[in-house]
Amino acid sequence: MVEPPSEVLRQFCHGSLDAFEALFRRHQGEVYGWIVGIVRDPAAAEDLTVETFWRIYRAHARFDPARSFGAWARRIATNAALDHLKAARPETDLLDELVAPRLPEPGISDELRRKTAQAFRRLPPKLQVAATLALIEEQPYKEIAEALGISTGAVKVRVFRALRFLRKALKQQGIEP
Amino acid sequence: MNEHDQERIEQLLKKSLPPIRARVGAELGRGLWPAMLRRLEERPTAVPWFDWALLAAVAAWLVLFPGAIPVLLYHL
Repeated sequence: MVEPPSEVLRQFCHGSLDAFEALFRRHQGEVYGWIVGIVRDPAAAEDLTVETFWRIYRAHARFDPARSFGAWARRIATNAALDHLKAARPETDLLDELVAPRLPEPGISDELRRKTAQAFRRLPPKLQVAATLALIEEQPYKEIAEALGISTGAVKVRVFRALRFLRKALKQQGIEP
Repeated sequence: MNEHDQERIEQLLKKSLPPIRARVGAELGRGLWPAMLRRLEERPTAVPWFDWALLAAVAAWLVLFPGAIPVLLYHL
């Protein structure tokens, strides 16, 4: 994310709505992209983008203008997305089909793909978010760690645990990956 | 789970759930600022709990000591 001028950040810290609007317009696309990568639902991601900026606006006095606004926004966005996944998990099973109708993937049947996607969405949200960002969206581990407020080592552990959970879930369905 | 298993599950996952961010993220055609403004307007500023506690303390004080009402009014 391109960082906004420090004057805008200072004004934002003092509660200026104009500065907040400037930050919103500059960062809404990035925040939306980050969230949609996690929740994989464009409509929910729009609502969560607004929710994220609402939380940002409320917390304006706690922001340190010397730090990266983009990283701070990603962290708040990740928390908002996590809250969403915790609250609305079972309903998102078919969203990927709606969002991204796909051509047949060589070497993988539709049924295997569907079962894998379903098993993945049943993972604990914290593991699911780490694995989504790291393996599917291929975001840098450092950025994921900042967004989750944990170390890069802890991100790797979560990703590994997610894969282990996934393997176990698939095995229980008689699928040997 | 060994490294080979891990690699296979990673590949399976990538084939089952392709990345969405690069494609959909770039499609945010409409600005969300009008929705943001509505959100800012619909949420009244929450009164901090301390203010409610202070109000309750003053009310209790006036009930217990009604003679303090003129003093309070004088100081307002």
